Amino acid sequence: MTLAYVLAGVTMLALNAYVLLGGADFGAGVWDLFARGPRAARQRAAIEEGIGPIWEANHVWVILVVVLLFTCFPPVYAHLSVALHIPISLLLVGIVLRGSAFTFRAYDSTKSPVQKYWGRIFSISSTITPILLGVCVGALVSGALALPVGGDFLATYLRPWLTPFAFAIGGLTLAVFAFLAAVYLCVEVHEQELQEDFRRMAIAAAIAVGAFAGIALLLGSRDRLPVMGSLLTQPWALPFQLVTAVLAVTAIGALLTRRYRLARLAAAAQVSALMWGWALAQAPYLVPGVHTIESAAAPAITLRLVSYGLVGGACVLMPSLWYLFRVFKSDSMSAFERVDTAEYRRPKGE
Amino acid sequence: MTDLLAARTQMALSLGFHIVFAVIGIGMPALMVLAERKWLKTGDPVWLDLAKRWSKGTAILFAVGAVSGTVLSFELGLLWPKFMEYAGPIIGMPFSLEGFAFFTEAIFLGIYLYGWTKLSPTAHWWAGVAVMVSGTVSGIFVVFANAWMNAPTGFEIVNGLPTNIDPIAAMLNPASFHQALHMTLAAFATTGIAVAGIHAWMLRKNPQDVFHRSALHVALLVAIPASLLQPISGDISAKFVAKYQPAKLAAMEGQFETERGAPLRIGGIPNEATRETPYSLEIPKALSFLAFADLDAEVKGLEAFPEEDWPPVAITHFAFQVMVGLGTLMMLASLWVLVLWWRKREVAESRPLLTFLALLTPAGFIAVEAGWVVTEVGRQPWIVYGFMRTKDALTPMPGLVYPLIGITLLYCFLGVVVAYLLWAQILKTKPMTQEMRVP
Ligand code: HDD
Ligand code: HEM
Ligand code: HEM
Repeated sequence: MTLAYVLAGVTMLALNAYVLLGGADFGAGVWDLFARGPRAARQRAAIEEGIGPIWEANHVWVILVVVLLFTCFPPVYAHLSVALHIPISLLLVGIVLRGSAFTFRAYDSTKSPVQKYWGRIFSISSTITPILLGVCVGALVSGALALPVGGDFLATYLRPWLTPFAFAIGGLTLAVFAFLAAVYLCVEVHEQELQEDFRRMAIAAAIAVGAFAGIALLLGSRDRLPVMGSLLTQPWALPFQLVTAVLAVTAIGALLTRRYRLARLAAAAQVSALMWGWALAQAPYLVPGVHTIESAAAPAITLRLVSYGLVGGACVLMPSLWYLFRVFKSDSMSAFERVDTAEYRRPKGE
Repeated sequence: MTDLLAARTQMALSLGFHIVFAVIGIGMPALMVLAERKWLKTGDPVWLDLAKRWSKGTAILFAVGAVSGTVLSFELGLLWPKFMEYAGPIIGMPFSLEGFAFFTEAIFLGIYLYGWTKLSPTAHWWAGVAVMVSGTVSGIFVVFANAWMNAPTGFEIVNGLPTNIDPIAAMLNPASFHQALHMTLAAFATTGIAVAGIHAWMLRKNPQDVFHRSALHVALLVAIPASLLQPISGDISAKFVAKYQPAKLAAMEGQFETERGAPLRIGGIPNEATRETPYSLEIPKALSFLAFADLDAEVKGLEAFPEEDWPPVAITHFAFQVMVGLGTLMMLASLWVLVLWWRKREVAESRPLLTFLALLTPAGFIAVEAGWVVTEVGRQPWIVYGFMRTKDALTPMPGLVYPLIGITLLYCFLGVVVAYLLWAQILKTKPMTQEMRVP
């Protein structure tokens, strides 16, 4: 096991954290879009309070992924930036609109109709961005990015990601994010009615996750993607599938029996297992058919210094994160207060 | 528009947009921490009110800073993949450390903004200090990465590829110290002057207002030291440029001929075709002195370099004049305040000074933009000075004008919204000192 593998693993861990934390923020935005019925306004308020204090930190994980990628595996960063230029650009629009609209909505206390538009922008971009993120991953997994860059425009910049498989992964990503968000919200809200709402959403999302995973599997096998081959035939494949299945069943079971903390644990573990299955199936390739972990790795000294940096950074980061979650996630959300509670109230019944 | 021009414009726009929020992200925490400190000491609720109102504005601005920064970290690859492939292993180090600094900043900002009633007042104050320190540190690390583009060190080129990489030497390159110093001072000076200007404007209408007086006082405490030190640190920067990037210095000064005892030009319109800078006020021998501490030192003119290695002369010269001009005005304003303080007079009672400060509100931001134009445009045609040309770093992706249009519209929209929100939410609303609960 070389340092390059360790750092690839750390990059994957950071991506994993982004999905579990940032992904749930996106998912919460999705539920904001789909909030319906008599309790829609209260659902939205619960969603906003759950995201509030930590949303910023949740989204820094993706920056860590990007930074690690261009420091430790620069050719991979360059390759992906070229081949996926279009979906990444669209993804950025989503990230910008979502992040700013969320804050604008929270701080626009004019109680005017404008505020409603922020909510719309927030929730629509929360829905589109995960799909695009999934499309990028899908295009990568499918091996279509191995095409020589510099061919004709369609073949180089559009066809690799405009595939049914990539969009199936996009749908899967959206479903996963929505699933995580709904499960977390079940734990965080304390009103019975809201809890029931989010529980129903979580179960619906779990079914969607299963459906999209099935579609992706079918499309992947139809196209004979090499990744699918390893997912089915590698020695670790069977135990891995068993573990994922057990976790999925646990998560659903816990939701059905209203054991929300267990559900949260199982859901997070299930999603992580899904991601690591992908990582294992694709290893040692970072870009299938083009760059492996070894071939793309930066010189040894860079890797060594980055790993010192990571250890040092983690020593600052972990206690800070722990403190953040302790301050905000330890007690009931109703004790939650804003900078300016005196002035700020969400408009009721929008 | 060529793809290269579109990409350069997009990069300039994105960075120019981000830097506004970055500067505020470095400067505002200092103001909030100072105000909250006064509250802890005196118990006077006006200080708490001030800290809270400032943090509300900061929250809006921080969000835009964070998303525009996220865009940048992808854009470096979307536009300049070959540069990133080349430079990633060499300057990844400051970027990774910067990543951690951002992370820490984002965490403690969350704690600070949402934790007013959840932490003890002292713990809350320390969270503010953590935001301030990590924001400053993250700015410094990014600037280290940029400094390397101006003074690339810590590697050798063997067969066209960077080898024998030494990331530490690359991070601590000869430009790192002065650029980081100048940028950090710029952030504090800019924020301090801007906030002072806004409150000075309010005081012109109502000079007795305790709230605005307190705010002005704190803002000036940050603005004055920074704007007095800024010209000194600028001089250090200029001496570096003279030594390491003579073509940039020549462009900054509109100096076409190589000469001894070169004059300092104020104003003027450099003409690349005739190789002259007419309409300028020339101070004899001053450039030689400022650049090399010797009245008769030789200053290389642009003629000493092949024309293909010239940066755009007029833009660089003009931007430099703007920065230095505004820096001088900011310094004068600071001196004026010091004189009043020394004579034990209230700043709020000097109407001309209030007007001057109010007019200077945007000065720092303009100077920062201009300064970066000097640095970045003055480095052209190089992306990594002396090693890699900007055109060789460009992505092969065609049609770059479309993302440029998209990002322009997006940022215009965001800019308008942010301005509106700050105005409607903060400037227009009354201070709430009266009805405030003390946590
Ligand atoms: C508040 C903002 C501000 C103010 C008042 C000044 N500067 Fe500045 N300057 C910057 C903000 C700035 C900057 C935006 O922060 C730059 C861009 C890159 C950097 O390191 O700092 C910069 C760059 C920069 C450079 C180029 C460095 C390089 O390319 O490596 C020089 C030579 C100076 N400055 C010199 C000065 C002088 C002589 C000033 C005298 C008043 C001055 N600056 C005021
Ligand atoms: C001189 C130039 C720069 C300075 C001084 C600077 C400084 C800062 C500061 C202080 C912040 C904190 C956010 C805020 O308060 O608004 C920030 C955010 C950010 N910057 Fe920049 N930045 C610069 C250029 C860049 C560049 C070139 C990149 C991309 C590689 C970048 C990436 C980011 C990212 C990703 C964030 C968001 C971090 C978060 O979510 O908290 N910055 N920057
Ligand atoms: C935030 C303050 C900054 C501003 C306002 C700024 C401004 C600019 C401008 C105006 C250009 C276009 C120059 C031209 O093409 O004529 C540019 C280019 C560029 N800058 Fe900066 N810059 C900043 C900081 C940074 C930092 C911190 C980095 C990286 C670490 C960076 C990396 C680049 C790159 C890669 C290019 C494109 C290549 C080039 O044109 O040389 N910049 N920037």
